[in-house]
Amino acid sequence: MSLLNVQNLSLSIFDAEILRNINLRIESGQIVAVVGESGSGKSMTSNAIMQLLPEGTKSDGSIWLNDYQDLLKITEAEMCEVRKTKIGMIFQEPTKALNPLESMGAQVIEAIKLTEPGLTRIQYKEKAEIVLHRVGLENSRFPLSTYPHKLSGGQRQRVVIAIAISQKPKLLIADEPTTALDVTTQAKIMSLLKDLILQDNMGMLLISHDLGVVTDVADHIIIMKSGEIVEEGPTAHFFNDIKHEYTKALFAAAMQKGADKFVADYDEAVLEVKNLKKSYKLSGGETLKVVNNVSFKIKRGENLGLVGESGCGKSTLSRCILGVEPFSSGEILIKNKSFTGQKELRKHINIVFQDPYGSFNPRHKVARLVAEPFYALSNSLSKSEINEKVKDMLKHVGLSASDMDKYPHEFSGGQRQRIAIARALITEPSVVLLDEATSALDVLIREQILELLEKLSDMLGISYLFISHDLSTVRNITDRILVMKDGIIVEEGATAEIYENPQHPYTKALLDAAPDITKTVSKLKA
Amino acid sequence: MIIQLFKKSPLSFKIGFFISIAYVIAALLSFIWTPYDVMAINLEKRFIAPGIGHIFGTDHFGRDILSMIMVGARNAIAVSLVAVGIGMIIGVPLGLWSAATRSTGGRVIDEILMRGNDLVFAFPSLLMAIMITAVFGPGAMNAIIAIGIFNIPVFARMSRGGALGLWEKEYIMAARVAGKGKAKISYEHILPNIMNLLIVQATIQFSIAIIAEASLSYVGLGTQPPNPSLGRMLFEAQTMIFFAPWLALVPGLAIVMLVLGLNLMGDGLRDILDPKLRRKEPDGVEAKQNVSS
Amino acid sequence: MISFLLKRLFSLILTLFVATIIIFILIEVVPGDPAAFMMGLSTNTDAADALRAELGLNLSAWDRYFNWISGMLVGDFGISYTYRIPVSELVLDRLTVSLPLTIYALILSTIIAIPVGVISASKRGSFSDTFLMGTAQIGVAIPNFWFAILLVLLFSTTLQWFSAVGFVGWEAGFFPVLKSLTLPAISLALPQAAILSRVMRSSVLEVMDEDYIRTARAKGLTKRQALIRHGLRNAMIPVLTILGLQFSFLLAGGIIIESIFSLPGLGRLVFQAIAQRDLIVVKSIVTLLVLAVVMITFLVDLAYAWVDPRLRERGER
Repeated sequence: MSLLNVQNLSLSIFDAEILRNINLRIESGQIVAVVGESGSGKSMTSNAIMQLLPEGTKSDGSIWLNDYQDLLKITEAEMCEVRKTKIGMIFQEPTKALNPLESMGAQVIEAIKLTEPGLTRIQYKEKAEIVLHRVGLENSRFPLSTYPHKLSGGQRQRVVIAIAISQKPKLLIADEPTTALDVTTQAKIMSLLKDLILQDNMGMLLISHDLGVVTDVADHIIIMKSGEIVEEGPTAHFFNDIKHEYTKALFAAAMQKGADKFVADYDEAVLEVKNLKKSYKLSGGETLKVVNNVSFKIKRGENLGLVGESGCGKSTLSRCILGVEPFSSGEILIKNKSFTGQKELRKHINIVFQDPYGSFNPRHKVARLVAEPFYALSNSLSKSEINEKVKDMLKHVGLSASDMDKYPHEFSGGQRQRIAIARALITEPSVVLLDEATSALDVLIREQILELLEKLSDMLGISYLFISHDLSTVRNITDRILVMKDGIIVEEGATAEIYENPQHPYTKALLDAAPDITKTVSKLKA
Repeated sequence: MIIQLFKKSPLSFKIGFFISIAYVIAALLSFIWTPYDVMAINLEKRFIAPGIGHIFGTDHFGRDILSMIMVGARNAIAVSLVAVGIGMIIGVPLGLWSAATRSTGGRVIDEILMRGNDLVFAFPSLLMAIMITAVFGPGAMNAIIAIGIFNIPVFARMSRGGALGLWEKEYIMAARVAGKGKAKISYEHILPNIMNLLIVQATIQFSIAIIAEASLSYVGLGTQPPNPSLGRMLFEAQTMIFFAPWLALVPGLAIVMLVLGLNLMGDGLRDILDPKLRRKEPDGVEAKQNVSS
Repeated sequence: MISFLLKRLFSLILTLFVATIIIFILIEVVPGDPAAFMMGLSTNTDAADALRAELGLNLSAWDRYFNWISGMLVGDFGISYTYRIPVSELVLDRLTVSLPLTIYALILSTIIAIPVGVISASKRGSFSDTFLMGTAQIGVAIPNFWFAILLVLLFSTTLQWFSAVGFVGWEAGFFPVLKSLTLPAISLALPQAAILSRVMRSSVLEVMDEDYIRTARAKGLTKRQALIRHGLRNAMIPVLTILGLQFSFLLAGGIIIESIFSLPGLGRLVFQAIAQRDLIVVKSIVTLLVLAVVMITFLVDLAYAWVDPRLRERGER
C-alpha cells in the first residue's frame, strides 16, 4: 500500500499543457524529491495533489491517497477533510505565507482546532506551544502572541511547518521550502524537516530547483522538465548512471568544481577600495554601519568574489562602487584615480544584474538600451559610430545585428542576459560587477553565459567582481574571495584556500551550510 | 494595431468609448450649429413637453433643451479638460520629483510635498471651491481653478507611487550607472512607463470633474447665465419639477450618461493597458500557479 | 504605536495650522478690505468704520490672525455679522443637523457597500457580480444632488408617502428626526456606496490571491471560511482609507443636499453667509470642517493601528 500514488497525471490550464503523464509514488517515512527549474511543472504537481489549482484547469489521470481515495474524483468538502487531516503543505515564501494581522499562536491554534474540535482554550494553547517547540520556537522566547512581522524568514518558515505538522498529516508537501532563505538557515530548516519526517513516520514530497539541496535528504529523486518526468531513481543509485543530458547539467551546476579556471596575470590594480564607510542615522539616534571600513583591490583580469548573506552590506557596497550612492568616508580608486562619478571614470565601471527581466526599460529597443552607457561620454562619438559599436558588441555576445531593432520582451532570459552583458561592456570598462548575474538562469544557459564572460574577459582584459549570497556559486569562477558579514570583510583569500582551509567561523558556517553534493554522492557510492 | 486592440477590447470599453465620442462630437458641433438658438427667449414656446420639434422639450424661457444640453456639455467638458490638465501639468512633475529625490537618498523634499498633499486633502473639495468662488466671485474660470487645485495632489500621489516602484527596477540602476540624472531618468524611463496609469486616472478624474462642475453650477458658482450649463439647468428645474419634470430628468440623465461613458472607458483602458493582465511572458504559467481557487 | 500616533498627530496639527493660515489669507487678506466687502454696495462709510473697529481691522494682519486663533482655542469664534449672535452658538445649533446626517449617510454607505463588494468578489464573473457592479457603475455616475431631486419628485409627488423636505427638530424625538434625515442620507450615501463597493470588491479579489489564503486553504478551510477568517480583515485596510476620504466628501456634499431638502444645517448656513457676505461665519465653518476632516484622518490612523499589528509596533506606514 502506498501513501500517495499519482498515476498518469496530465494537466492543462486554458488549453495550455502544463503536465504530461506524471507518475510518482510516496511511502510512509519516505522523502521523494522533485527537481526541476521554473516552468517545469513541479509546483503544479504539488498544487494538483492539494487540489489548489487556478480556475480553468483540466486534469486527467488519478491521484490515489492510501490507495482508496482518488483526489481528482472526490468533492471539495471531502478534499477539505483531506487537507485538514491527511496532507500538510509548506510554501516557498514564508514572509507571505502567514496572515500579517494575526498572531502566530492564533494561526497554529486555528489549524489544530480544525483537526481536533471541542477542546478548551488552555488545551489548544498547550498543544500549540508543544508543536511550536518541536519546530524550535520555544515559548519563552516566542510566546504565542508573537506577530509574524517580528520573526525572521527562517522563523516564519518554522511557524508554517508548525501549522502543517500540528494537524498530524500523513503526507507533507514542501514546495521550495528553503529557496527564499539564507544559506545557513536553509540547512537548519532542511534538517528540521528530515527529523520531523522520521519522528512522525510521514511521507514527504520535496520540491526544489536545486539538486544539491535535496540529495542529502531525499530517498528518491525525480527530475522534471517541461511538464514531464525525464529521469528518476532511488538516491542511492541515482548518481551511478545519469542518462539524461538535462540531469547531467543540473548535476554539474550543483557540483562544486575546483578553482583555478581563470588566472590573473597582471599586477596593476584597476579598482581599489580604501577604508570605505557608509552609515545611516536611525530614528533612535543610533547609527547603523552598513559598510564598515572595507578595503580591497582588484587586479587587471582578476575575478573577485564578494560573498555574504542578505543584509551584510554587499549591495550597499556595490552601489557605492557604482557611484550611485554617496558614502560616509573612505576612497574608491579606479586605475589610481579617485572615483568621483565623473564622466571619464564612469566608462570604466559597469554592472550586470540578476534579473534579466527587470534590467531593461520595456519601451526601448535593444539599440538604445545597449548604447545607454555612452550617455556619460556623449560628445566623443557620433550616432553612427555608436551604432557600429553596438552592432559589434551584439555579435561578440552571440546575438546578431538585426536584433538591434527588437524590444526586450522578444528575447528569452538567457538572450536578455547577453544583452545586459553587451550593455555593460560597450564602453570597454575595466571592472564589471556581476550581481548574482547567473542565478536566475537555467543551468544549461548558465554555463554558456559563464563561458561568454570568460571569453570577453580574455579579449578585453576586464576584471569581474562577482557578488553572491552563496559561496558555492562563485567557487569555480573566481580567483579570490571576500567574505562579508555585518558590513565587515571577515575573510579574504584565494578561492581554493578559502574552501580548503577557512579561517573565520562565519566562513566555516557558510561552507558547512551549503549543500555539498560531491560529499553526499561519494558517501552514497562508498 | 490600434484597431486590433479596439476589436479585442471589452464591450464596456466600446460602449464607453462611443458615448464619450458622441458627447465630444455634439459639443464640437455646438460651436457651429445647434437646433435652436440657446440665447433666444421665446415665452410663447415655454414648457413644451418633449416631442417632435423639441425632442427634449423647452424650458420656462422657451429655450430648446437639446440645444442647451449641447452647449452645456461643451462648457462642462471644457472646464473639466482644463482643470484636469492643470492637475496633470503641475501634479505629475511634482510626483516624479518627489519619487526621484526619495529614491536617491533625499527625504526632505518628498516629505514637504507629501505634507502639502495632505493639506489639500484636508479641505473638503466642494467646500473649498465654494470658498474660492465666494471670495473671487463666481464664474467658469474660478471653477476651473477650484477643481484644478484638487486634481494636483491626485496626480502627484499617483505618479509618485508609480515612480517609486519603478525606481527599484534594475534598468533605472543601469541608467544611473550610465551617469544619468534624476530629471533625465524621470523623463526618459519613468514617465513613459507610468503613462498608462496616468491616462486611466485622467479619464476617471475627468468624470469626477464633470460632476464637480455640475455641482458648482448647480449652486450658482460655476458657469454663469445666460451661458447654459447642466448644473444650472437642474437648479432652475427644481422649482418647476412638479409640472415640467423633463426639465430635471433630461439634463441629469445627460450628466449621468457622460460620466458613465467616461468611467466605462477608463475601466476598459485599465484592462487593456494594465501589463499585469496582458502579460504573456514565459513565466506566465508560474505566475498563475500562485492563484488559489 | 505611541510614536506612530504621536508622529501622525503632530503632522495633522501642523496641517491644521497651515490650513488656518490659508483660510485667513483667502478670506481676510485677499479681498483687501473685508469690511467694505461685507458691506457690499452700501456706501455708508460710518457703518463701514464701525464694522472695521468691530472686526479689529485697524490691527495688523498678524495680530488679527493671532486673536482669531486664540479666540477659537477657547471656543470664541466671533459674532456673526448678520445674525448678531456668537458664531459658536449658530454653528453648534446647525451641527445637530449636519453631523447626524453625515454619520447616517456614512453608515448607510458602509452597510450597503461592504456586503455588495464581498458578494461580488466571491462570485466573480457570475450574473450577480455583473449585475451588482453594473449597478455600481451607474451609481458612481449619478450626481448626488440630482439623485436628491429625483427622490423628492418620487416620494413627495408621485407616491405622496410623506413630505420629503424640511426638518422636524430634535424636540420631536429620535424617530421623526431619523425619518426626516432618511431621504437626504440616502441621496448622499448611494453614490458613495457605489464607489466603496467597487473598492471593496477589488480589495477582496487582491487579498484572495495572497499566499496566506493558500496557507489557510491548506489547513483545510473552505474558500468561504478562508475569506471570512483571513481575507476580510486584510481587505478592510484599503477600504478604511476610502471611508476616511468619504467622510469629508459627505460632510461637504451635505452642503448641497441640505438646501434641496430644506434642512437647517451647516450647508444652508454657509450659503446664506456667502450670499450675505458674512465672512466671519464662512471662515468659522470652513475651519471647523477642516478640523473635522483632520480628526477623521487621525481616527482612520487609529483604526489602522488597531487592525494592523505591524503599525502598533513600528512607526512607519
